[in-house]
Amino acid sequence: MSSGGNADIYHEMIVDYSRNPANFGKIENPDVTFHDANPLCGDSIDIDMNISDNAVSDIKFHGKGCAICMACSSVLTEITKGKSLEEVKAVGKDDILGELGLEHLQAVRIKCALLSLKVFKSALYTYLGKHLQDSGNSTDPDAADAGMSPEEIDRLKEEAAGLY
Amino acid sequence: MDATQNGQSPQPQQLSQQGKKARRRNRHRRQFQHAQKQPQPPQQKPQQPQPPTQTKSSAQPVVNFEDLRGDFPILARTVRDGKPLVYLDNASTTQKPTQVIDAISDYYRTYNANTHRAVYALAEESTEAYEAVRDKVAKFVNIKDRQEIIFVRGTTEAINLVAYAWGRGHVRPGDIIVTTEYEHHSNIVPWQLVAEEKGAVLEYVRTDDNGELILDDLDKLLDTGRVRLVAFSLMSNVLGTITDADAIISKCKAAGVPTLVDGAQAVPHMPVDIASLGCDFFAFSGHKMLGPTGIGVLWASKKMLAEMVPFHGGGDMIREVHKYESTWNDLPYKFEAGTPNIADVIGLGAAIDYLERIGMKNVRSHEMSLTRYALEKLSAVPDLKIYGPKDASKRGGVISFNFQSVHPHDVAYIIDEAGVALRSGHHCAQVLMEKLDVAATSRASFYLYNTTSEIDALVGSLDVVAQKFAVRGKKEEGEAAR
Repeated sequence: MSSGGNADIYHEMIVDYSRNPANFGKIENPDVTFHDANPLCGDSIDIDMNISDNAVSDIKFHGKGCAICMACSSVLTEITKGKSLEEVKAVGKDDILGELGLEHLQAVRIKCALLSLKVFKSALYTYLGKHLQDSGNSTDPDAADAGMSPEEIDRLKEEAAGLY
Repeated sequence: MDATQNGQSPQPQQLSQQGKKARRRNRHRRQFQHAQKQPQPPQQKPQQPQPPTQTKSSAQPVVNFEDLRGDFPILARTVRDGKPLVYLDNASTTQKPTQVIDAISDYYRTYNANTHRAVYALAEESTEAYEAVRDKVAKFVNIKDRQEIIFVRGTTEAINLVAYAWGRGHVRPGDIIVTTEYEHHSNIVPWQLVAEEKGAVLEYVRTDDNGELILDDLDKLLDTGRVRLVAFSLMSNVLGTITDADAIISKCKAAGVPTLVDGAQAVPHMPVDIASLGCDFFAFSGHKMLGPTGIGVLWASKKMLAEMVPFHGGGDMIREVHKYESTWNDLPYKFEAGTPNIADVIGLGAAIDYLERIGMKNVRSHEMSLTRYALEKLSAVPDLKIYGPKDASKRGGVISFNFQSVHPHDVAYIIDEAGVALRSGHHCAQVLMEKLDVAATSRASFYLYNTTSEIDALVGSLDVVAQKFAVRGKKEEGEAAR
């Protein structure tokens, strides 16, 4: 069992983010929005996104969560904002945890840290799934560019479900 | 007790028909006769450590609560690099004294056998020990008829049993089932399921700003004439509020509405007298009162139990089984299908013995003084909001609180570093969390083995949290930042 150091994770960056989270708020009429909660601790996060030119043009989150949850959600929005869908699909848990020095976070807190990533991935496949459907009915160039197969969407769903 | 004492041959297959019948009769009688007898498992360990006083009179013995800690092996361990364990999550589950652990282990070591079935010595001993606990339960919470005591997995199963076996037969479309805003999920969700299935409505008695129930709501609901059941907790597991059960039950009685009482938080901490309460159903759990997990009690009046269909079908709950129909066993066995949780029933019996020796009035007054002390100390922590009644006589030893600016999850995590085990979360009471407009709270809950120095440890570690998050409150107002 790893010993001690619980309080050490509450370094300045985490405490700062928890008090002043980045990209906190709502987007009016977002292209996609997704909500999820941790039934055990009551953390609850919504992510709103706008997508244009196959990139995350805007992203905001809101909800309630602990300092770890708030800090990780902030970092997630910071690293995905402006990135292409191709790039953000590849964003994984290590990218978030590494940014905040939480690589050795105890198992009981992992779900606090990764809730927003789960919501983000779910939002992404919701968007892409919808887009895929639309593209079946039209010749929308955006949809063709997204180039997402149903298999890839399933993979994304699985990844979101298996994060913690 | 030894089977040969009854003078029976060890070869049952050689018994005459008459002998078999006599034996069956004897067994049957024994099942109901051991009321006064304590189980005497063979090779019982030498007298186990006893709490200080063992008076059997109803007068409450004088107890040094600090001394009781020696009975709880887990309290001697350290956590997080050698810090003494400060266990303050007793509303969730309690620690177990040696007496309970030994009772369970003795059962498995020396007289493990299925109950109510076989005729050999071990089975007789296990059956007697199991049934003796029914009598202990009856005495502990004052139930007049032992046949009304059903062993279940815990309060959750007890309430689900009532919802399934009584609710589905009695709740009709348009009926109202009433519960309260400070219920545990186990006294909400089963009723949601019944309401949905039967086209009934679930309504809530609200809580006021002091964390007490607004009983006017109950009056209004009863006035509709559509209320089928009122289900409420005797004590809130979040706010600690002790419910005015007498008021609720007398209102319901006047309206001819049955009541279900969730006693999970009350029975472990204060004297409870089910007969005087006058409710129709009562549920509680063993693991919150020094007993093992996986065992609890449902009490219901014989009248109610007779109107109910079985919850689970299987062995032990039947009288006769034919290819296409069966008849049910007598109470309480009609509701105890399958091999029961024998070991944990026996463990529950040991927990009751332990609490009876200390005296529930003593337990209550010890916890009341701890609660008073904690409320005073916690009020001095900057930025801390305390929920529930301010008056310790109106609440049990459960205190929920929040820093205005620090999430309870972070609080629990930081103070765990100091060895303090504190619960943070919604405490299976999300309806109440919504009402309080918080996602979660931190909750400290006490039991007979807790001490004021443990509360000091809690408060000390909360100061660390305040420092870490640079929380400013009453104390620091006007001072320069640290």
